[in-house]
Amino acid sequence: MPEKSNAIDVVDAVKRYGDFTALQQISLSIFDNEFFTLLGPSGCGKTTLLRMIAGFEDVTEGAIFLFGEEIENLPPNKRPVNTVFQNYALFPHMTITENVAFGLEMRGKSKSEARTRAGEMLELVQLSQFAARKPSQLSGGQQQRVALARALAPQPKVLLLDEPLSALDLKLRQAMRFELKELQRETGITFIFVTHDQEEALTMSDRIAVMSAGEMQQLGEAKEIYERPHNMFVADFIGETNLLEVSVDQITNGRAVCHLGGGHELTCNEVQGVGVGSKVHMSVRPERLFLSDEPTETESLKGTVRDNIFVGTDIQTIVDLSDGPQMIVRTSNSDRGNKRIFDPGAQAYVNMESEAARLLVD
Amino acid sequence: MAAGAASGGSAQSDTYAEARTWLLLPAWAVLGIFILAPVLMMLVYSFLTKEFRGGVIWEFSFAAYDQFFCNRGLFGDEPCAIEWTFINIFWRSIWQAGAATLLSLVIGFPTAYFIATRPEKVRPIWVFLITIPYWVNLLIRTVSMKFMLRDQGPLNDFLISTGLIDSPIHIVNTNFAVQLGLFYSYLPFMVLPIYASVERYNFSLSEAAADLYASKWVTLRRVLLPAVKPGVIAGCILVFVPSLGSFLAPDLLGGAKNFMIGSLIEEQFKGNAGNWPFGAAASMILLTMVLIILLIFARQQAKAEKGAG
Amino acid sequence: MASRKYDIKSFPGFLPITALCLVILYAPLLVVTVYSLNDSNSITNWEGVSFRWYVDVFTGPESDKFKIAAWNSFTIAIVAATVSTTIATLAATAMIRGGRFRLRTVSFGLISLPLMVPEIVTAVATLIFFNSIGFTRGYLTILVAHIAFCIPFAYMPISARMQGIEDSYEQAAMDLYASKRQAFTKILLPLMLPGIISGFILAFIISLDDFIITNFVKGAGVETLPTAIFGSVKQGIKPNIMAISTMLLAVSIVMVTISYFVSKSDNTK
Repeated sequence: MPEKSNAIDVVDAVKRYGDFTALQQISLSIFDNEFFTLLGPSGCGKTTLLRMIAGFEDVTEGAIFLFGEEIENLPPNKRPVNTVFQNYALFPHMTITENVAFGLEMRGKSKSEARTRAGEMLELVQLSQFAARKPSQLSGGQQQRVALARALAPQPKVLLLDEPLSALDLKLRQAMRFELKELQRETGITFIFVTHDQEEALTMSDRIAVMSAGEMQQLGEAKEIYERPHNMFVADFIGETNLLEVSVDQITNGRAVCHLGGGHELTCNEVQGVGVGSKVHMSVRPERLFLSDEPTETESLKGTVRDNIFVGTDIQTIVDLSDGPQMIVRTSNSDRGNKRIFDPGAQAYVNMESEAARLLVD
Repeated sequence: MAAGAASGGSAQSDTYAEARTWLLLPAWAVLGIFILAPVLMMLVYSFLTKEFRGGVIWEFSFAAYDQFFCNRGLFGDEPCAIEWTFINIFWRSIWQAGAATLLSLVIGFPTAYFIATRPEKVRPIWVFLITIPYWVNLLIRTVSMKFMLRDQGPLNDFLISTGLIDSPIHIVNTNFAVQLGLFYSYLPFMVLPIYASVERYNFSLSEAAADLYASKWVTLRRVLLPAVKPGVIAGCILVFVPSLGSFLAPDLLGGAKNFMIGSLIEEQFKGNAGNWPFGAAASMILLTMVLIILLIFARQQAKAEKGAG
Repeated sequence: MASRKYDIKSFPGFLPITALCLVILYAPLLVVTVYSLNDSNSITNWEGVSFRWYVDVFTGPESDKFKIAAWNSFTIAIVAATVSTTIATLAATAMIRGGRFRLRTVSFGLISLPLMVPEIVTAVATLIFFNSIGFTRGYLTILVAHIAFCIPFAYMPISARMQGIEDSYEQAAMDLYASKRQAFTKILLPLMLPGIISGFILAFIISLDDFIITNFVKGAGVETLPTAIFGSVKQGIKPNIMAISTMLLAVSIVMVTISYFVSKSDNTK
């Protein structure tokens, strides 16, 4: 239920377009002064949810609260929430200053007051020298910062960012991640950030909501989502992983003994909702695996090395488990002194700590 | 891209949806009252009885259509035999408009193609050059054409001075002059749609054909032409339709012998000699023909779009 | 590119045909312009350059007739273009920013009706309409008819322009506390201005050029430039007609050139 201290409360929000359900019964709370990310592939409903908070989409069912106040029936110009648009939507016929001052003027500030404040905002994003230019005379990164300044100038209670980095090239994008995070800390405003880029989400967010097909899959801190994915979708979407089909033989003390094709057996973390005899998937991150000549005290699976692939920072070794599935083992290049690289065709054991292997619900 | 599906489902923006009735009302009113209602009134008039000094008597009658299609002899009491006079005028109009369309296509296609294959920066300038004459008063253009083509006009003077001909060629008051006038009137309508479709054409298809041993001309005929066909058809329609009902070119360049539909209709409303119901009926027949052509065209375009999409 | 031996795009003969096309398009206009400067009473013989026929247009025996016709033509064109551009702008806003609605296709059909119906048919229909409601033909009937058939010409560039403007601009404005009306006047309208100017100019030229519809609805005694010129030409092409034609030609070309540069100045980039 909505609380005054929460920046945003979404309660059972549903969005339908005719027969198509874009969002099914989403409920989530976003805390004050939080960098919150909605993460998911295109079409998952994350942008729809953001636009519902901004007021550009009607809420079919449910409610949205802003610091305890119900807002889903307010038009966008009556919500103290501002948006940084994906393509920035800087008004092309206005100068940078006029753009940044627009929201303030619309809120009834005098022209001079609005301009002074716009000047301050431009200073904050280090664009004072471009104040008199038109948006088209600025680079993509500069336009991005103007869009930020414009949305922050009226001091919104929540700032919404709709894939704001997607139009920038890789280097700039990485630099902007840091800048955005800084800006959020400096201003103390709640940021709601929409992206399909899991790396972006992991590096910037306090908390992440992973979405797919109009449903929320998991909500939690970055580390938690990466290390303890709830289900197949989250494990697969966030980072790289080995997904293996297993059947559960026995459960004791939070540990599940499973076997997979080829008679291999291993012990995994138990997950709620998985019972003995069920066939489920197991996920283990490639960097949590290592190879050896002989079995170790950890979980060891026997196989044959098929190929080594050099990917810059790591080497990926593809291993065919005997009569079983294929696994990818990632060895960091900095680790090469300690760890042996097996040639294709060599026999090897794939090893892992049992808590690295997680059972998933589908 | 990610926003495409999620940002509202369609490209159709609805910012001003609640005001749309009020926004459209003036257009509905003006076009409804001064274009649509008049066309309907014309339909009514075509079934009325003629008044001898122009205008109509409000009595229902098939006379106008009967006069158009039926020959009932000298005293008007014989059974209906087909009356060829007006059908022939329509037929001649179709023929003239067709010839003008063909002429426009022969000249317009290479022109459009040439422009569309220029560097991207200079294309708008070429398009601009082609369209300027269209914006010059049609009457002035037709008069200029007539002046140019006269027996003692600059064209004949030029041809005689070069020694190509000894005596002036008579062009004015021939079918050819009318075709030339129509061609001149509507050429940009042929060039622009073809230009647009050639510009959109992906030339790597031609390269693929050439790579597979097709000669240039075979490539043009078998690969490019099918791809730009919708543009070509659009161009032909855009020239043919206005040519069919044109008035100035046949009137000024064709003379009395080369009467077309436009002149036939115009005559019915001139001074006191006219027959308004007959003029209305002829207009209805012309309008029906044009709408049928446009309908077929729209169907085909829709089909072509489906096939492409 | 040019130095390549095999260019898949180029065909021999297309350049000469393009050149021929331009010659056909421009030669008559050029010839009339040149002959309007002829110092002769006859249009056949060339007797040197003079502006006497331009002077004749303003002071000659027919000058009063042409002055009135020019006044009629220009006032009608300005009023018709203004009104039809306004109507078209509102209609385009509903069509492009009004979402999906049932009457959309019908409305589009109605707006493009003057383009589909042959001009002579529109002319006949309008004449019959005014006659049937007992409206005396004259200046006002011409004006009303022009407003109606200029709407699609104004509509085309305006709607094309509006389609090119993403709605995120208005959304951004509303996100920044602007009302819908403010988003329209402060954001959408300024961005549409090039399209609106183009639409106005096209409507103006179409009105100024129109002969057929005007000829049907003008009634006795009221002339516009095209009908006056047509009346004169029926008795043979005279040099003063070529002078008027050249001036009208210049007006059209100037207007279209303005329109071209306005539409090229894309203020959304």
